[in-house]
Amino acid sequence: MKLSGAEILLRALELEGVEKIFGYPGGAVLDIYDRLPFSPLKHYLTRHEQGAAHAADGYARATGKVGVCFATSGPGATNLVTGLATAQIDSVPVVAFTGNVPTYMIGNDAFQEVDTVGITRPITKHNFLVKDVKDLADTVKKAFHIARTGRPGVVLVDLPKDVTREITDFFEEEYKTPVQIRSYKPVLKGHPGQIKRAAKAIASAERPILYIGGGVVSSGASDLVVKMAEVANIPMAATLMGLTAVPGNHPFFLGMLGMHGTYAANMAIQESDLIVAIGARFDDRVTGKLSEFAPNAKVIHIDIDSAEIGKNRAVDIPIVGDAKLVMEELLPEVEKQVAKNREFYAVREKWILKVRSWKERYPLWYEPSDRVIKPQFVIEKIWEVTKGEAVITTDVGQHQMWVAQYYRFSFPRQLITSGGLGTMGFGVPAAIGAKVGRPDKTVFCISGDGSFQMNMQEIVTAVHYNIPIKVAIINNGFLGMVRQWQGIFYQKNYSQVHLDVQPDFVKLVEAMGGVGLRATKPAEVEAVLKEAMAIDDRPVVIDFIVDREEDVFPMVPPGGALHEMILPSYGKKKEKKAV
Amino acid sequence: MDRKCEQRKHIISVLVENQPGALARIIELFSSRGYNIESLNVGHTEDPSISRITMVAKGDEHTIEQIVKQLRRIIDVFKVRDLTDKKKLDRELLIVRVNVETPEKKEEVMRLVEIFGAQVVDVSKDTYTVELTGDEEQVDAFLELIKPMGIREMARTGRVAMVRALQGETFGEQKE
Repeated sequence: MKLSGAEILLRALELEGVEKIFGYPGGAVLDIYDRLPFSPLKHYLTRHEQGAAHAADGYARATGKVGVCFATSGPGATNLVTGLATAQIDSVPVVAFTGNVPTYMIGNDAFQEVDTVGITRPITKHNFLVKDVKDLADTVKKAFHIARTGRPGVVLVDLPKDVTREITDFFEEEYKTPVQIRSYKPVLKGHPGQIKRAAKAIASAERPILYIGGGVVSSGASDLVVKMAEVANIPMAATLMGLTAVPGNHPFFLGMLGMHGTYAANMAIQESDLIVAIGARFDDRVTGKLSEFAPNAKVIHIDIDSAEIGKNRAVDIPIVGDAKLVMEELLPEVEKQVAKNREFYAVREKWILKVRSWKERYPLWYEPSDRVIKPQFVIEKIWEVTKGEAVITTDVGQHQMWVAQYYRFSFPRQLITSGGLGTMGFGVPAAIGAKVGRPDKTVFCISGDGSFQMNMQEIVTAVHYNIPIKVAIINNGFLGMVRQWQGIFYQKNYSQVHLDVQPDFVKLVEAMGGVGLRATKPAEVEAVLKEAMAIDDRPVVIDFIVDREEDVFPMVPPGGALHEMILPSYGKKKEKKAV
Repeated sequence: MDRKCEQRKHIISVLVENQPGALARIIELFSSRGYNIESLNVGHTEDPSISRITMVAKGDEHTIEQIVKQLRRIIDVFKVRDLTDKKKLDRELLIVRVNVETPEKKEEVMRLVEIFGAQVVDVSKDTYTVELTGDEEQVDAFLELIKPMGIREMARTGRVAMVRALQGETFGEQKE
């Protein structure tokens, strides 16, 4: 079959199982957009290319499928950059297609030309510049294969305009044959010997803890991990990316660990004699001061990316492989080992009781108020009104940490948040992508007044396609997290964090065609949320005017060890330092 | 000093797809992760679609291990090996132009050339241009001795290396 490059691209996307694309047209991709109306692919025109990248990312995180976005050359491509970096650092499978100037003009500083593959090389898993239409189909196939296998990530394919115009043969049957990339063979199955050693260590440890990362969610290992915790009586702590792997109300679950982690999670890590890290990467926000992180613990590290093993923390038993495939082998081994060890439960019970006492003694806490809205109270109410079943997207800052602490998740992929890059402006477009991918779910973006303003134009996209996302702005009139740091570590020298000059969000959203609501008193919170839940044909944005100077606690001060966290006051005036 | 923290030079050999982006990716890895390359050498192998990159990087064991692992993550990379402690052949090519304004100097340079098995490849009124192939130590020693003559200009290729066949393995067959 003779097809143009544009037609080959669109047909190949179909064959890859792509249904939805987020993008923005421009000169260099005119040929693709010319053919788009004749393709069954559904394209969503975002209002900024960054929105397209985040929406593709949100779609991928919500569904587990590959997210796809389009942009033109030059500014189109550079606008994608933040979005692609956000997805890449959180290991989200996204394939981005950018147009470029025709091959004969490359390197000429032509209109809207940038070196897209050069710019995106450090923020992608791989990228391609297609110079000949004959290579196009094979490149698309490789791009999807690389994005979704091994440690998932971002692949960008740069398409010079002439490549999309030229005509060549396209063989569908050939396209359907398996991909061959001779230099790329990810290791998926764990080493059997290492798995046996790990099982023995797990069964004989006195104070083990599971440290669960985003890899557990993305590989679909959640149930197996939870099962292992139950079989071997191991408390669980999760990273921001791994939170949804464990049901929030699980008796062994201690919540998030790290900088804003719970007291119990951080203390359990610090006092453990064995850390079982699964799909996690010992990020600095998790470990605090690395040299004082879990000083007496042996480490089992299960990860698909061998470069993560031993990167930050020395590992005793490394297992390279896909979390799910490794857990399928490890779980029966652990069961065997546990059955062998008769004293097992007596030993383990002491540890479980200790961890539980930490949990009871120093729970998450905020000072309730019937005068001003507490941000944590809003999150709790959203949880209540959505019955804990909503897909939550967040932006970055205090509200993000409160979501991690106070929304109790019930199924994997329920939280969509920029963990590694910490990208403000992620929440709204990611919610659009998530809702497109999961129309059956309520999708709630919990944002801040600072973050919301970074990509609020995407509300128009939601209006355009009747995507009924809900957005809660936790509005404190500050760049709250920066203010908190300036408050605690810079003697309250609040520099450039005042956002009290802001649009009237209700009117603004109304002007964009959405529904704007506001709550200023605690008593209004529930009613306004119920009102928002009743709307299902348009986006709704609720402006929650909250306590301006609420801080996120616990907090591990920068450079501090996890056990040195600052705790909430628990009703006393002075902040308590943990032991 | 603890061997783990000891800074030393490592020779890392990388087999990579002979493609435009591949080299850029490898070099960018070094700059973005803050590793230092002392020398880097690229050329194709017996299979023209595969290039061999030989690089010398300085660092402690942990850093070098990270470099090797990060290199392996690159999609276009087939194989990475740290050859430092292997029995290997490693060679470097030096081209150096030295001053020989006096007969004594001419004689001294010729003497060194003979001892090191080098070659004079270009001659002018007051300079000799010498080519030397050897391992890094030989090249360094030669340069040290020839320095007093006055070096006008020099070029070194950096090292290329290959595991000795004696070990019963070649790079390509090694499964890692």
